[in-house]
Amino acid sequence: MTDLLWLIPLLPFLGAALNGALGPRAPKGLVTAVGVGVPGLALVLALGILWDYGTRLAPAPFEQVAYAWTAGPSSIDVAFLLDPLSAVMLFVVTFVGFWIHVYSVGYMGHEGGYQRYFAYLNLFMGAMLLLVLGANYLVMFVGWEGVGLCSYLLIGFYYDQKIPPEAGRKAFIVNRIGDFAFLVGMFALFATYGTLRYTEIFAAVAAAPERATAPYAFGLSLAAFVALCFFIGATGKSAQIPLHVWLPDAMAGPTPVSALIHAATMVTAGVYIVVRTNVLYQLAPGVSLLVAAVGAATAIFAATIGLAQDDIKKVLAYSTVSQLGYMFLAAGLGAYTAAIFHLGTHAFFKALLFLGSGSVIHAMAGEQDMRRMGGLKKALPITYWTFLLAALAIAGIPPLAGFFSKDEILAAAAGEGHWLLYAVGLATAGLTAFYMFRAVYMTFGGRFRGTEEQRRHLHESPPSMAVPLVVLAVGSVVAGWFGIPQVLAFGADVNWLHHWLEPVIAGVGDTAHAEHHLPLAAEWGLVLLAVAVAVGGILLARRIYGGDRALEGERRVVSALGPAHPVLVHKYWVDEWYDRLIVRPLALIAYGFWKVVDGWIIDGALHLTASVTELTGDLGRFSTTGNVRNYLLYFFLGVVVLLGWIAL
Amino acid sequence: MVPIAWYLLLAALLFAIGTVGALTRRNGITIFLSIELMLNSVNLTLVSYSRLLDDRTGQLVVFFVLAVAAAEAAVGLALFIAVYRHRRTIDLDRVNLLRW
Amino acid sequence: MIEVAIFAIFAALALASALVVVLHRNPVYSTMSLVVTLISLAVLFVLLGAPFIAALQVLIYTGAIVVLFLFVVMLLNIGREEIGEQRGLVQKGAAVVGAGALLVIVGLSYMEGYGGAELAPLDEELVSLTGLAAELFGRYLLTFELVGLLLLVAVIAATVLAARERPAVPTVGRDLATAATLEPGEDGLVSERPDDEGDLAGSAGVAGGAG
Repeated sequence: MTDLLWLIPLLPFLGAALNGALGPRAPKGLVTAVGVGVPGLALVLALGILWDYGTRLAPAPFEQVAYAWTAGPSSIDVAFLLDPLSAVMLFVVTFVGFWIHVYSVGYMGHEGGYQRYFAYLNLFMGAMLLLVLGANYLVMFVGWEGVGLCSYLLIGFYYDQKIPPEAGRKAFIVNRIGDFAFLVGMFALFATYGTLRYTEIFAAVAAAPERATAPYAFGLSLAAFVALCFFIGATGKSAQIPLHVWLPDAMAGPTPVSALIHAATMVTAGVYIVVRTNVLYQLAPGVSLLVAAVGAATAIFAATIGLAQDDIKKVLAYSTVSQLGYMFLAAGLGAYTAAIFHLGTHAFFKALLFLGSGSVIHAMAGEQDMRRMGGLKKALPITYWTFLLAALAIAGIPPLAGFFSKDEILAAAAGEGHWLLYAVGLATAGLTAFYMFRAVYMTFGGRFRGTEEQRRHLHESPPSMAVPLVVLAVGSVVAGWFGIPQVLAFGADVNWLHHWLEPVIAGVGDTAHAEHHLPLAAEWGLVLLAVAVAVGGILLARRIYGGDRALEGERRVVSALGPAHPVLVHKYWVDEWYDRLIVRPLALIAYGFWKVVDGWIIDGALHLTASVTELTGDLGRFSTTGNVRNYLLYFFLGVVVLLGWIAL
Repeated sequence: MVPIAWYLLLAALLFAIGTVGALTRRNGITIFLSIELMLNSVNLTLVSYSRLLDDRTGQLVVFFVLAVAAAEAAVGLALFIAVYRHRRTIDLDRVNLLRW
Repeated sequence: MIEVAIFAIFAALALASALVVVLHRNPVYSTMSLVVTLISLAVLFVLLGAPFIAALQVLIYTGAIVVLFLFVVMLLNIGREEIGEQRGLVQKGAAVVGAGALLVIVGLSYMEGYGGAELAPLDEELVSLTGLAAELFGRYLLTFELVGLLLLVAVIAATVLAARERPAVPTVGRDLATAATLEPGEDGLVSERPDDEGDLAGSAGVAGGAG
C-alpha cells in the first residue's frame, strides 16, 4: 500500500488540471465533485498508507523514486520519502486540507470563480504534498515554490478589487527574498556533498561532522551557513521577522484560503524544513540560538500588534505569526519534537479559528470589523462553541491541545536555562489569551452592534461549513493527547509523538541532544504558572470586553495604552519603513532603467537603424530618374567594370 | 594581308561609337540606330573570329543575330509608336513616368 | 595589297558614317548614314570570307530593318531634335569616358592576343554556302526553328503594341442591340476620335510583320 505514495501528490494535481480544464462554465456539482473528491481520495489513501507504514515499516524511512528524469546523479529525481516526520506532516496536510475543501463548498458557493478557486486550491494541495513528501531538497523546493505560487494566486483571488492583487504580489515578492537565500543554501549543500537527497546528506554529515563544522563562508561553518540560509528562507515562508509583512495582507484572500494556507500548512513549511535539517542546526548552535531568538521576538511582537487590531482576520493573522514564532523558538532550542507538536495542534485550532471567523463573516454578509459585531452567540451557536473551544486551545488551557504543545516549548526554554526566552514565551502566552478572548467577547458577547440589515441576514452556517468546524474542534481537543510529556503524565511514558519522531531527531556525534530535566517540582511549578498566566489573560479580557462593554472596553484600553496604541495599530510601521528604504529606491532604479536604458539606449539604437535606412533610401531614390538614358548608362558602366575585371 | 586585329579594332571602335550614341542622344530613333550599330559591330567581330579560327560557327551566330535584331527592331518600334501616341514626343527625357 | 586598300576605304567609310549616325540632328540623315555603314560592313564581310552573310546583311538589315526605321520616322513625322538645354552633361561625359574605357580594355586584350598575327589563307570550305546550309539545318536546326518562333512572337507583339485603341465591346444594355448590327469595319463610335492616326497601327503592324 505504501507503494502508492506517489499517488498522493499526483491526485490533487490531476484535480487541479481537470478543474482548470473544465472552465468557468462547468456545472458546480462537477467542480465540487472533483475539487473536494480528489483531496478526499488523497486523504483516504494517506490514511491507508500511514496505517500500512506505521504498522509495518516504521520507523525505517520509505523512499520511492516516482520518476527518474536524470541520467546523471539521481539525487534530484522525483522521489518521495515517508518517514516519521513526513508522516506527521502528511496527516496534518491531508486531514485539515480535506475539511477546509469541504468548508469551501459552503463558503465559496455564492462567489464567482468557484471553479477557479478549487483548481487553485487543489494545485496548492499538490504542491504542499510535494513539499512534505519530497525525498530531496529539490522536490521539496519545487513544492515550496508551488505553494508560494498558489498563495499568490489565491490571495489575489478577487483580482478585480484593488487590494488583493497587491497583497498577492507582496506575498510573492517577500517570499522570493527568502527563496533566494534558500537556494543559496541548497547550492552550498550540493557543492559540498554532491547530493540533495535527505538520506545521503544527513548520513554524510553524521559520518563526518568535522566537515560540516569546518569554516566555509563569511566566517561561518558549512552547517551554520546552510542553516542560516534555510532559516532566512523559513522567515519568508513562515512570516517571521523581518519577512513577516506579507501575512497580514494575505487576509485579502478568501477565508478558507487563510485557514489552509496561512495557518495550517504553507506557513509551517519553514518549521518543517528546519526540523528536517536538524542535523545541521545541531552542529550550528549560534544559528540555532538565532532561530530561537527571532522566533521569540516575533511571537511577542505579533502578539502585541494583535491586541490592537479590529479586523477579526487580522487578529488571527498576527496570532499565526506569533504562534509560528513559538515553533521556531522550540526548533532553535533543539526541541524539534515540540516544534512539530505545536505545528500539529496549531493547525487544528488555528484553522478552526479562521473557519469560524469565516462563518461569522459569512453570516454578517462580509463584515469583518469586530466593532460592528457582538451578540452573535445566540445566532451562531455552532460557530460560537467551536470558536470558543479553539480560543481556549490556543490560550493553552488544559486539557486542550494547545496546552500540551505550548507547555513543552516553554519547558524546553526553561530546561535549557534560557530564562529570557522563557519569559518572552510566557508573556506571549498571556498576551495570546488576552487578545484571543478580546476577539471572542467583541464578536460573540454582549449585544449586536451591527445594522438592522445585517441582523436580518444573520444565520448559522450550512452543514458543509459547520461539519468541518466540529471535526476540527474535536481535533483541537484530542490532538494534544499524542504528546503528553512524561512529567504531566505522572511519570508514565505516554509521549507517543516524541517516540515516533525520535529516529528523525537523532543527535549528531557529541552534540547529541541531551534532555535537560528540571526537578519535578520546578516543572510542575512552571506548568501551573503558564496556566495561571493564560487564565489571567482570559479573565482580564473578560473584565474589559465582556458583557456589553466591548466598545467601551476598547476605548479604555486605547487610552490606557496612550501613545503606544497607534504604534500597535500601525504594526510598528514596519511596512512604511520598508517602503521608504527598499521599495521606493528600487522602484526608482527600475524607472531609471526603463526610461534611460530601454527608452534611450535600446530604443534609440533601433530608431537609429531605422533612420539610417530611411536616410539611405531618401538619398538613393535620386538614382531612379525615370530617364531611360540614365539607366542605360548605369547598365553600360556596370558592363565595363565587369569586362575590365575579367579581362585584366 | 590585313591583320585580323584591325578588323577587331574597327569593330570595337564602332561599338564604342554606338554606345556613346545610345547614351547621349535624346531622340529615340537615334538611340535605336545606335544600338543597331552596336549589333553590327558585334557581327563584324564574330565574322572576324570565324575567319581567324577557320570555324563556320561564327557566321552561323551572325545569322541568328540578324534574325533577332530584326525581331527586336520590330518590337522596339512598336513600343515607340505606343509611347508616342500617349506622350506626343519621342524625346526620351520626357518619358520619365518612373521618376521618383 | 588590294585587300588592304579595300579594307582601308570601307573601314574609313564605316567609321565616318557611324559618326554621322550618332551625331547628326536629323534622324532621317542618321538612318541613311546607317545604310552606308551597313553596306560598308557587308563589303568587309566579303573580305572575311562570308559572302552569304554579306548578302543577308544587305537584304535584311538594309533592305528591311532600316526601311522599317524609315517608315516609323516618316509616319511619326519626327523632326530635327531640339538642341535643348545643356543638362545631362554628366551623362555625356560619363558615356564618353565609359566608352573610352571599354575601348581601351578591349583594344588591349586584342593586341595582347592577336596583334600582328598572320592569317592562314582563306579556306574554300569556310566560304561555301553548302557547308553553311548543312550546318544550319543540321546541328543548329532547333535554334533555327526557335528563331522562327521568335519572329512570330515579335510580329504578334508588335501588332498588339502598336494597335489603335478600340472601344470596349458593350455586353449589356441597349447597346447590345446596336453592337450586334455592326458592320465589319465600323466600330460603333458616335464620332471619330480627334487624334486618330488613321492607318498608323495597320501599317506599322504590317511593316513589323514583313521584317
